[in-house]
Amino acid sequence: MIELRDVHKAFGSNQVLRGVDLTIPSGTSMVIIGGSGTGKSVALKCVLGLIRHDSGQILLDGQDVTRADRDAFLARFGMLFQGGALFDSLPVWQNVAFRLLRGSLKRPRAEAREIAIEKLRRVGLTPEQADKFPAELSGGMQKRVGLARAICAEPEIIFFDEPTTGLDPIMSGVINDLIREIVTEMGATAMTITHDMTSVRAIADNVAMLHDGVIKWTGPVSEMDDSGDPYLDQFIHGRATGPIAAVR
Amino acid sequence: MRLILSLLGRLGAQVLAMLAAVGRVTLFALETVTHLMRPPFYAREFGHALVQIGWLSLPVVGMTALFTGGALALQIYAGGARFNAETVVPSIVAIGLTRELGPVLGGLMVAARVASSIAAEIGTMKVTEQIDALTTLSTNPMKYLTLPRVLAATLAVPLLVGVGDVIGIMGGFLVGVGRLDFGAGTYLHNTMDFLETWDVVSGMIKGAVFGFIVALMGCYYGMNSGRGAQGVGRATKAAVVAASVLILASNYILTELFFSA
Repeated sequence: MIELRDVHKAFGSNQVLRGVDLTIPSGTSMVIIGGSGTGKSVALKCVLGLIRHDSGQILLDGQDVTRADRDAFLARFGMLFQGGALFDSLPVWQNVAFRLLRGSLKRPRAEAREIAIEKLRRVGLTPEQADKFPAELSGGMQKRVGLARAICAEPEIIFFDEPTTGLDPIMSGVINDLIREIVTEMGATAMTITHDMTSVRAIADNVAMLHDGVIKWTGPVSEMDDSGDPYLDQFIHGRATGPIAAVR
Repeated sequence: MRLILSLLGRLGAQVLAMLAAVGRVTLFALETVTHLMRPPFYAREFGHALVQIGWLSLPVVGMTALFTGGALALQIYAGGARFNAETVVPSIVAIGLTRELGPVLGGLMVAARVASSIAAEIGTMKVTEQIDALTTLSTNPMKYLTLPRVLAATLAVPLLVGVGDVIGIMGGFLVGVGRLDFGAGTYLHNTMDFLETWDVVSGMIKGAVFGFIVALMGCYYGMNSGRGAQGVGRATKAAVVAASVLILASNYILTELFFSA
């Protein structure tokens, strides 16, 4: 279980997180929604320790993440970055098997390659793509390679940062289905941040709405449409008028 | 009075900012060095950096040394003619190249080629979240990106300087024999007679320091790159400028240490 308790984070005078409280039970899929610049990515990076939060607590299974053994902690996570964040200098299979080629999870090269090809197959890519470089792939394929990399070491927790941004609706649907299938099949805890309401409905067990640095609403996705929360209503229906200012 | 105070205030702020930057670079350098003593060591990345920084810089360093050696021979011949001392050309070319021009010009050429390339590569990795991705994949970016490059440059640049010395002396030899009517045997004899081991070794030590500076600046500015194409462009420019200035400054300090009476 991941718990954020009164988490604050500022960059200079810009107070991004103003006391975020959120609980993500193990084995569930939480989607955080909210406008651009509301701190969704910052919250996610605080959990991973990529950004140090100023105050509050972030707990993983009851243990403060800032006091956890870093390698053991990160070994439990997989992450799909918004732009894929694939390493340009490495072929696709080495990107996917990155964790298996070095560090505590190191495997023989041939075995790591086999696992990478299996994961590529799992996300709908053929073994022929394995020896290509990321720049030779389309955006959708890069996203799928990023997804294969995120699941390669079979993590307990997977984070997805804007998984469908920049993709056409069909490819978005493919990625959403893959995420749902993989999370269910692996029994992983998932935390996704997105603007895409189709993704929200496809991926989420629970939804949290982040606005002005705090969680305005959180609950099961089935209750999202009838929440009665004006912020959430405006966001999910894409209305220009409401409590969320259109010009930020 | 107010104007003077304002100017002093600005000067003070600049000095403080500069000292803070020196502190940050020093901490970055210390962190890099301490990673050398802690496993894991990424041998594949080190090998790749060695090829990129050392082997692929050889043509530019070699060409620089060749033309510098030739030009130096012409200059010393023209200058020496004023004192009827034309015969010193081989020895001065050799000493000038090994002690000073070889390492400094070689270092500057490597700074232009390597510091820019490292800063642009790491800066792009930063803005495309590849550095964050490394961290989430349980890989320390300092260990994976910085240490192999800094170590490779520290080892490769002295070798480049050594090869550059030989090529530079050959440049002087070609001009001396072809244009200035030296006998080939006399030129080589004069070169070897006056050249000491320390001339070559001191130049190579300078090369090691310059290599360390070049890679460190590339990595530091890459890791601290701002957002977008403009941020990467600024980081690249700053890396080359800082590396070049530090090479020239450290060259003076090392020359004082090695050769002051």
